[in-house]
Amino acid sequence: MAHQVLEHNRGVEAVVLVGILSRGYPIAKRLAEWIERFEHKAPPVGALDISLYRDDLAGKVRPTVRRTDIPFPIEGKCVILIDDVLFTGRSIRAAMDALTDFGRPSAIQLGVLVDRGHRELPIRADYVGKNMPTAFEEDVAVRLVETDGVDEVTIISKDKP
Amino acid sequence: MKTTAPVQPSPLPLRRNILDLDDYSVEEIASVFQTTDAMKEVLGREIRKVPTLRGKSIITVFYEASTRTRVSFEQAGKVLSADVINVSSSGSSAEKGESLYNTALTLQAMNADIIVMRHPHSGAPYFLARHLKASVINAGDGTHAHPTQALLDMYTMRGHFGRLQGLKVTIVGDILYSRVGRSNLWGLTKMGAEVTLCAPPTLLPPDFLGSRRALEEHPFAAVKVETKVERALEDANVVMALRLQLERQKAGHLPSLREYSRLYCITPKRLALARPDVLVMHPGPMNEGIEIDPEVAHGAQSVIEEQVTNGVAARMALLYGVVTPVRSGR
Repeated sequence: MAHQVLEHNRGVEAVVLVGILSRGYPIAKRLAEWIERFEHKAPPVGALDISLYRDDLAGKVRPTVRRTDIPFPIEGKCVILIDDVLFTGRSIRAAMDALTDFGRPSAIQLGVLVDRGHRELPIRADYVGKNMPTAFEEDVAVRLVETDGVDEVTIISKDKP
Repeated sequence: MKTTAPVQPSPLPLRRNILDLDDYSVEEIASVFQTTDAMKEVLGREIRKVPTLRGKSIITVFYEASTRTRVSFEQAGKVLSADVINVSSSGSSAEKGESLYNTALTLQAMNADIIVMRHPHSGAPYFLARHLKASVINAGDGTHAHPTQALLDMYTMRGHFGRLQGLKVTIVGDILYSRVGRSNLWGLTKMGAEVTLCAPPTLLPPDFLGSRRALEEHPFAAVKVETKVERALEDANVVMALRLQLERQKAGHLPSLREYSRLYCITPKRLALARPDVLVMHPGPMNEGIEIDPEVAHGAQSVIEEQVTNGVAARMALLYGVVTPVRSGR
């Protein structure tokens, strides 16, 4: 994915990475490390919380709002949004709304670890770690060393507990 | 409540009403703090607006004077994109003799999702909460409770010390009439702070904490009561001066204001008895020279303005966690 990003953007000069909390952020940091290995220069990495921009505030608890931290200007930059799983596309819609509150990027691209299909919005990823065909009812759980102590992706089917 | 490990906040549980802190758990308070952190970041942005409560309406109804609480709620609601409408008792139909109940029904009929109310009578917001479908937030009721103020006070302390557990917090002043003091007492004891209350005996009746103190398990069991301010300030991490409620002092609790200020005013000399990094707090509005010396109120240890700033973020966090009624057709 690091190679794809570099090829696509001809280097990292104008690129910044923004990971969606909670699991997109560690993935963005890892991607930045890989890019640094090839280019000897790491792009800046920010963290974005999208709870306040969601269109589905229902249920018994509110999603925990984490602190957004984008300590660099995104004006005129190519922002690559990073998330763990791309599903309906609604999180990405919320993330794009949130990003534009911070400035006007020259472009927004999307990188995801897993694309599981079932889009409900006209959104696609520019960089995909793995395409995983799933049923709509299934759940895809990404766990990372940074947040969960282990690196793994599991498909959980809801009818078989 | 004694816990040694840092409390892990749970996701913010939805609640319909915010009336006092007595029904908050330690975890819920911790998650309000965490959400407040995130809201502070929003307030630091160039564009201070998020769409979270778009299409919701908040009506603030204040039957008592207020600047900071009302403006704070209004700003919090507006940053979250809610529509905020302010009603004050003067100029409202209350002047024509409308009952609280009928006013509330009227506001509800105008599709208020959240009603923020301040009322001179203790318990008034509880009455509304029982009869309305809208969510009710208590912005101060009589001498009873002011939960959002207590949460922002605790959040400010936590911001400076990183914890509340084991902090020595001295609350000085008009305990008898203070809803801020009462709500802080609930919150701080739950979070494991060591609270000392200090006031002249007429403003801190011996039975103030009542039979609850006799119960060993009760959070108030460890609260200290002190009538001498010098002793109460010793080693304090936080000094909170309460406003002497001049409008309620006609009952003759004090021989004179001058005597009160001579014995209880937080002066630089008295403040020196506390820890060097002590925080000075006051819920406002201040009677400078009566309960707090101007030099202390505006001195290096004072976080009184920070309290106001944190108030907006804390109220945003609380509004975010309030469930709004589901309308038919949604």
